[in-house]
Amino acid sequence: MTATTDNRILPRNPGTELDLDWALSAQANTSAIERRCKALPGRRSIKKNHQAAWLLKAISCIDLTTLSGDDTENRVRRLCNKSRFPVRMDLLEALGLEPGFITTGAICVYHEMVPAAVKALDGTNIPVAAVSTGFPAGLSPYSLRLAEIGESVRAGAREIDIVISRRHVLTQNWQALYDEMQSFRQACGEAHVKAILATGELGTLRNVARASLICMMAGADFIKTSTGKEGVNATLPVSLTMIRQIRDYFDRTGYHVGYKPAGGISKAKDSLTYLALIKEELGNRWLQPDLFRFGASSLLGDIERQLEHFVTGHYSAAHRHALG
Amino acid sequence: MKVKEILETMDYGEAPESPQPALDWIAKHQAKFGLFINGELLKPTGRKSFESKNPASGEFLASICEAEPADIDEAVKAARRAQPGWEKIGGSARARFLYALARLVQKHSRLFSVLESLDNGKPIRESRDLDIPLVARHFYFHAGAAQLMEKEMPDECALGVAGQVIPWNFPLLMLAWKIAPALAMGNTVVIKPAEFTSLSALLFAEICIEAGLPEGVLNILTGDGGVGARIVSHPGIDKVAFTGSTEVGRKIRQATAGQGKELTLELGGKSPYLVFDDADLDSAVEGLVDAIWFNQGQVCCAGSRLFVQEGVAEIFHRKLKARMDKLRVGNPLDKSIDLGAIVDPTQFDSITRLVDEGLQEGGLAHVSPCDIPQEGCFYPPTLITEVDPACRLMQEEIFGPVLVGTTFRTPAEAVALANNTRYGLAASIWTENINLALDLAPKIVCGVAWINSTNQFDASAGFGGRRESGFGREGGWEGLRAYTRSKNQSNREIKKVNARSGKSDPEDSIIDRTPKLFIGGKQARPDSGYSYPVFSSAGKQLALVGQGNRKDVRNGVEAAISAISWGSSTAHLRAQILYYMGENLSVRTKEFADRISSMTGEDEASATREVECSIERLFTYAAWADKYDGAIHGAPIRGVALAMNEPIGAIGIVCPDEFPLLGLISSVAPALAMGNSVVVIPSEPYPLSATDLYQVIETSDLPAGVINLITARHDEVVETLSGHMNLDSIWYFGSSGHSETVERASATNLKRTWVNHGRQRDWYDLQQGEGEQFLRQATEVKNIWIPYGE
Repeated sequence: MTATTDNRILPRNPGTELDLDWALSAQANTSAIERRCKALPGRRSIKKNHQAAWLLKAISCIDLTTLSGDDTENRVRRLCNKSRFPVRMDLLEALGLEPGFITTGAICVYHEMVPAAVKALDGTNIPVAAVSTGFPAGLSPYSLRLAEIGESVRAGAREIDIVISRRHVLTQNWQALYDEMQSFRQACGEAHVKAILATGELGTLRNVARASLICMMAGADFIKTSTGKEGVNATLPVSLTMIRQIRDYFDRTGYHVGYKPAGGISKAKDSLTYLALIKEELGNRWLQPDLFRFGASSLLGDIERQLEHFVTGHYSAAHRHALG
Repeated sequence: MKVKEILETMDYGEAPESPQPALDWIAKHQAKFGLFINGELLKPTGRKSFESKNPASGEFLASICEAEPADIDEAVKAARRAQPGWEKIGGSARARFLYALARLVQKHSRLFSVLESLDNGKPIRESRDLDIPLVARHFYFHAGAAQLMEKEMPDECALGVAGQVIPWNFPLLMLAWKIAPALAMGNTVVIKPAEFTSLSALLFAEICIEAGLPEGVLNILTGDGGVGARIVSHPGIDKVAFTGSTEVGRKIRQATAGQGKELTLELGGKSPYLVFDDADLDSAVEGLVDAIWFNQGQVCCAGSRLFVQEGVAEIFHRKLKARMDKLRVGNPLDKSIDLGAIVDPTQFDSITRLVDEGLQEGGLAHVSPCDIPQEGCFYPPTLITEVDPACRLMQEEIFGPVLVGTTFRTPAEAVALANNTRYGLAASIWTENINLALDLAPKIVCGVAWINSTNQFDASAGFGGRRESGFGREGGWEGLRAYTRSKNQSNREIKKVNARSGKSDPEDSIIDRTPKLFIGGKQARPDSGYSYPVFSSAGKQLALVGQGNRKDVRNGVEAAISAISWGSSTAHLRAQILYYMGENLSVRTKEFADRISSMTGEDEASATREVECSIERLFTYAAWADKYDGAIHGAPIRGVALAMNEPIGAIGIVCPDEFPLLGLISSVAPALAMGNSVVVIPSEPYPLSATDLYQVIETSDLPAGVINLITARHDEVVETLSGHMNLDSIWYFGSSGHSETVERASATNLKRTWVNHGRQRDWYDLQQGEGEQFLRQATEVKNIWIPYGE
């Protein structure tokens, strides 16, 4: 079955009333979820030109990220240029693609780096995402967290990656989580909001499932696994748990919510597994950057090497590809 | 397809595994295979042959030799010759061979996988990730079993030569399940792979040569069902093991009746898959992919009956259909497919016919819209909802990728629906409530229960069925017992114990005592209205006893079934009651001894010894009642596999004729201790010890119906009892040579049997007259897989 992907712009998720009956009925059986994740790579194998295409797709979904204390404007510019030209031109040509055909999904930085990124990406369609709300712990004063969103939006960020208050999940204070998320969404205005659950700190997959639903009910455009700073970041079981809630949400409301696994995905092969998981559980529509992103910094490098291997038949080396 | 286009479609494309190495191997043999007898791959001349085809394409793969009777004789002879030596080299030496086989399977794992998928049509993912690794695991496990045999099973020895017939759905895995335990325990083997799928067995023959397996230890004969039939009925075979359809299993039961062969059967199933409203529904949907779309549904334990709690049925079915629509059916060697080809056009036709005819009785079919290859033998994943127990589709095994389902309201109704079948192989239970899961697993009649999972297999955990899904276990310690017997088994031929004759004058007595039957806790007159006289050894008439007939058997079984909750009473209670029986018997020692003496002519001392030994035996089984523990197997999951010893259910017991009290107590007490209810036919010539026992039973708090005693002419009732389809097992210790009748008649519902084959047990002997073999016969192992993790 071959169908051309539907790329129409989707309406934003407006959220719903807080429906605790729904959220609390969500179950996540860890062993069964792990079995599915373990079996998936064996069920779906993507080879040759299909693999090349899927890897390019993965690149188009990367939020190329730098979130370091030593970030500078020049360092961010370097990353932005990598975002514009993620793959060597000769390789693109060999793959039958024109230069500039592909960019990463976004650039993801701290607030202070937003202006630099916006400047570097001027004239492109690549959005700048800012991590926000007291990232990564989310424990700064509430008013400051809200204000931080506004500052970033004013600075030109089109996407805001907020962190939720993990304590609301751990104490099962779902109303507080819903209210917080809703106010973050409002503060974002036209900018899209990604809700970082910090799944590595939520204790159980059931909590992950429930927090996912609450954040979607409160109007999240995306739900995202991690800050990249927790002990455990994106995993397949966490991803499966979250995207099943996205599917459930879509089935009940008709709204598409995006998914962003972040942290720990650094191999081309892993990115294929993630894409296959999304395709299997959510369908092709979710394989577009408006609904799927990888939060990753080193993944791109591995994909570039695999692409060169596909084009030349020889294993590649990191220094043959431009630094991001 | 161009990269740019793929970026739009995001299709998977093809990821084919090359068939070339397997085709090269076939070509090396000129696509013509013979038989493996006495360590050699032979190509006997003048044999008929048949074709093995690739079901995905219909293409010819190889020509396979059809074994003739002379070949079977030759193979059995080779196995017989090899057996004593193979047993004598000891467990440790056998372990080395099994270990070598495990290693060689791993070394050639990809060749085995590709060959299996070519020949059978199963996805390469399954042969590569499941079948072949489980084969290697089975040999490793059983290398260990051989290593430990002398130490851990000191009273057991090999049965001799095993004749084994295996199915086409897991060709090499079933071969491993059959031969690994047989060889580990010192048996030698003649095995026949299924006609559709012989190739991996023939490749296995080569690795046996590579491993230096001694000549004759394993013999592989190819051919059709006729070859299988001749192997199982061959007089040189001591043990028959079969995996396949219930229909053929029944024939084997009948064909081998009275031949003195041990038998284990692993047959069909229609296993329930229960989804409760608190389950992780998405995971339960995914579980169904592994339950019914694994191996194209051609799995005996496939979760093929779906029962969903009403409140979530709609949403669950919707999720399930959405999942089905994503399944991929195609070339078995493509690494991106979920379902491959149906094994053969005949099987495809059988699925099609059953589904088409069944749908006329009702049911809503949802067929996955997935692409199906034009050529080859492919059946789409199918769900049929609103199918009720009254429909054939709910009762008959389809053995294809077709799931049928309905809804239930309560846990009790779920159990009732799950158990409404002639089969009893496996069950899956999906709920996040541990109380519910662990309450239900024992209530469902099956050999394997999977909590929040499905189709979990491991060599360390026994697999096998109840009811018409067969008997015997494969895997685990419990599976080893299918290939051993007690070293202390008697070889003495049983002597017919004839009733005494005499004059029909009643013995002087104060008031006439009328021994009746004992059914449902009450003394009951025999339905026939006839009695037969019992004479003393001196020829005096001791009493007239009721002459039970088939209706009394029927009533006895009814009573036993209504007392089945005995099995869920506490072991402590059962122990107390057995102790109490012993206590009540002991105060009447003299009376019982006198009775034995008067009937048998034994002197007072030896009659007293029989009573005392009977009391001791009651104490022994009272002791065992709360000590015959199950096990937790070391299965490779985060979780536990609980091996629970469950009562069989209702057991018919034909008592020994010779020791009227000790024989009865020795056979009945273990059954009661393990929680079974029993229908007992006492000694025919000496029935009065049994009828005297009524008062002991009545004063010992045994619930009504747990024990039912029917005095009768054995010739008249054994067949009825053995053929009764509500009994789960039958034991025969009589002296009238009914072992054959029992085994043959048991085929009605494939109940378990335990017969003496005309051999005399020494009931005083602690090895022959009591012990674990009785407990094993009184129980069935259920493996409950409980994965955990939050």
